[in-house]
Amino acid sequence: MTAFLTILVLVFITVAIWQMVKIFDLAQANAENTQVATDKDNRVNGYLMLGFLAFIYIITIVCFVKWGDLPLVSNSASEHGPGLDNLMIISFVIIFIVQTITQFLLHYFAFKYKGEKGRKALFFADNNMLEAIWTIIPVIVLAGLIIYGLFTWNNIMNVNMDDDPLVVELYAQQFNWKARYAGEDNVLGKANVRLIDIDRANILGLDESDPNAQDDIITTELHLPVGRPILFKMRSQDVLHSAYMPHFRAQMNCVPGMITQFGFTPTVTTAEMRQTPEMIEKVANINNIRVEESNKLIAKGEDALERYEFDYLLLCNKICGKSHYNMQMKIIVETQEEYEAWIKEQKVFKNSLIN
Amino acid sequence: MSAHEDTHAHDDHGHHHKETFVTKYIFSQDHKMIAKQYLITGTIMGVIGVLMSLMFRMQIAWPEQPNVLFEALLGKWAPDGVMDADIYLALITIHGTIMVFFVLTAGLSGTFSNLLIPLQIGARDMASGFLNMLSYWMFFLSSVVMVISLFVEAGPAAAGWTIYPPLSALPLAQGGSGAGMTLWLVSMAIFIASSLLGSLNYIVTVINLRTKGMSMTRLPLTIWAFFITAIIGVISFPVLLSAALLLIMDRSFGTSFFLSDIFIQGEVLHYQGGSPVLFEHLFWFLGHPEVYIVLLPALGITSEVIATNSRKPIFGYRAMVASILAIAFLSTIVWGHHMFISGMNPFLGSVFTFTTLLIAIPSAVKAFNYITTLWKGNLQLNPAMLFSIGLVSTFITGGLTGIILGDSALDINVHDTYFVVAHFHLVMGISALYGMFAGIYHWFPKMFKRMLNKNLGYVHFWVTAICAYGVFFPMHFIGMAGLPRRYYTNSNFPLFDDLSNVNVVITIFALIGGAFQLVFLWNFFYSIFYGKKTVQNPWRSNTLEWTAPIKHIHGNWEGEIPHVHRWAYDYSKPGHDDDFVPQNVPLKEGEEELQH
Repeated sequence: MTAFLTILVLVFITVAIWQMVKIFDLAQANAENTQVATDKDNRVNGYLMLGFLAFIYIITIVCFVKWGDLPLVSNSASEHGPGLDNLMIISFVIIFIVQTITQFLLHYFAFKYKGEKGRKALFFADNNMLEAIWTIIPVIVLAGLIIYGLFTWNNIMNVNMDDDPLVVELYAQQFNWKARYAGEDNVLGKANVRLIDIDRANILGLDESDPNAQDDIITTELHLPVGRPILFKMRSQDVLHSAYMPHFRAQMNCVPGMITQFGFTPTVTTAEMRQTPEMIEKVANINNIRVEESNKLIAKGEDALERYEFDYLLLCNKICGKSHYNMQMKIIVETQEEYEAWIKEQKVFKNSLIN
Repeated sequence: MSAHEDTHAHDDHGHHHKETFVTKYIFSQDHKMIAKQYLITGTIMGVIGVLMSLMFRMQIAWPEQPNVLFEALLGKWAPDGVMDADIYLALITIHGTIMVFFVLTAGLSGTFSNLLIPLQIGARDMASGFLNMLSYWMFFLSSVVMVISLFVEAGPAAAGWTIYPPLSALPLAQGGSGAGMTLWLVSMAIFIASSLLGSLNYIVTVINLRTKGMSMTRLPLTIWAFFITAIIGVISFPVLLSAALLLIMDRSFGTSFFLSDIFIQGEVLHYQGGSPVLFEHLFWFLGHPEVYIVLLPALGITSEVIATNSRKPIFGYRAMVASILAIAFLSTIVWGHHMFISGMNPFLGSVFTFTTLLIAIPSAVKAFNYITTLWKGNLQLNPAMLFSIGLVSTFITGGLTGIILGDSALDINVHDTYFVVAHFHLVMGISALYGMFAGIYHWFPKMFKRMLNKNLGYVHFWVTAICAYGVFFPMHFIGMAGLPRRYYTNSNFPLFDDLSNVNVVITIFALIGGAFQLVFLWNFFYSIFYGKKTVQNPWRSNTLEWTAPIKHIHGNWEGEIPHVHRWAYDYSKPGHDDDFVPQNVPLKEGEEELQH
């Protein structure tokens, strides 16, 4: 209802403005070619250009102050995270400088050289020196960014098998995630969706005859030991999904019919992350918002929202159907001992089958 | 060029054969009428596309709140006025499709290529008036099919405008992948045919029908942009057509081009051996050049409008042409940057990072050249000029974040978040829209013989400009917080609760900006009939279209077609009294043509 009223008000404002413009028009009737900018229009719009420049700067500052604690640029929880964040910050600084200068020149010139009757513009059609300068500067800056970027990319994407990574499968389906641990042998058993047998609870289509599959462990929560390289193998049973783990700066699509992979080393446990000052502040802020919301809900006779506690998340980040917006899995990063204790409690594949 | 004059030797064209209402207004073969048809169809599609975006923005800001607007417009898809999650996905899908293809490809390129190519190169009409008519009517048909697809029982296509299979291939995966997707594919196939007919016509016309003296180096930058755009279209649209046809085969005839090993709703499907990644390659082989198909005409229009209204030559004409060519070439070898994390080989990711970041160079040259054109000009701040300056501004703001998204390493993080949405809406959506508005304000007198009201134009520009930044600037920040796009609601993620107020701000700006487009629509339709009558050359411009009479005649010029003696940018040239010298004015004795 509020939205509808807002629109209604806007429509009325529009009509009002139009009426005012019409009066303004009538006031300057009879002049020839009245719909071309006059000196007065140039002056007014020239000043507005300066105003708009101020607006761009202000909105930039407001956004950075209010919403600038960019979680994807700080507080990463994986080994490659800080390098990536560094590249991001460097890119941002370059963008910020270029944006500030070029927007200034554009809008300032639009103000400074606003037209006046009788003045003649400078006939200035070409200058090879100038053009060479603003071709070469971007070339140098971009060359730097490309080289830095490619090193970072190769570093992330090349998983070194010598580090003995823990192999975990992320299995996507509409609309939830499963994780499969490779078990004692650290080798995932063969699997194909054609082997899925719901009646026997073989929900991921593991090859029951494959010895490597016997000790695999299927879970609905992702537990990761801190400090150990993890190699994720992604699979999807129906449509495209994307395994997005923003805190770890990790993402890879899950593609039906093929296995994709991504590797990283978690460096901060969930418990440690909850204790960082940034996270304490963020969570407190979120809980304040939730308390406010809850009060509104209670007033309407509905249930209050639960208190939020930070957890790492795996989100689906490729449109996958109706409940795409709620396809998530909790990730818990813990110490090696905690992880081992947890994994021991889980059923291995051969024991989970129903005969 | 003499051959062409021979074929059109009869001077008072148009007076000989009487035109009926049908041949003049409906099945017209005259490029000026076809341009108007494109513009009006594109505008109507634009209204639908924008309305959709306002609806889903309201859902994002006030999730699952009842809304009378939804109840009225969405019917069964909004029980009790609460938007359904399926229709949310359908709205974003069709919004993208309509805005990219129907408004900013056909509406922009179709309108201005048709209007300006013959008029600015000095031709009587397009090379083939009949193909041109066919092109428009196929576009019209595809628009009708797309609109019809909104009303099918199981819902319109809802797999995102990129329609990645298997989601788009399997009705089991999503209601919208049934009849809705079939109609989407049929509509796009017709659209592509229309676009190809149009593009071939533009290319042939520019190559063959230039008037005497109109060498390629004297072409206005608008024509360069339309010409190169048409070439990109001819190269890349057929690939999308093939992708669409293969998808139709997979959907209806049991082939497995894009599908393999699928278990859905309790059953294993027969598909084996295909790959969705193949579809992504085919899609983006068009999809990325499409960005430039949308953007280059807008930049072309801007070049013309900025030069005319600065009363100065466009700075660095040769560099501008070179950068159009460079962008066109590079645009066909960067598509993989949409697929860094699709599962393709990481080495390919490196290659595409390299080519992608290279595009920043010609883009930077263009931006700097526009700014230098303003320097020491005598700027006539007409509404068209404001929109052109606005375009340069959003092109810079949106373009700069491209160096983050084009970098494969950084893309891991922000891929498919709102950061991407903010980036491409600014750099191609808003910029191209501004280009389109600039074109409409500038050439309205040419099209409709009347002027648009400038004061309404000013109101339209300033509110739109503020709202565009108000919508898309904060959007970068919710993207940088890791919020994925295409989520029906974020309320299942308390993690993002602190962003809900940003989403409200964005939606309010969107609603205001959307409402103020009514000012434009009013101005547009009112001025067609009741606007102030125009003079022949209201902006005191150099290009040939302003030498043609105000009254539209078949064949464009009475008598002989004007000959061209100079480039299009002799503004404020020393030695001339006026601050503009039209292209058909011969060089004075002793005057040298600028070496450009």
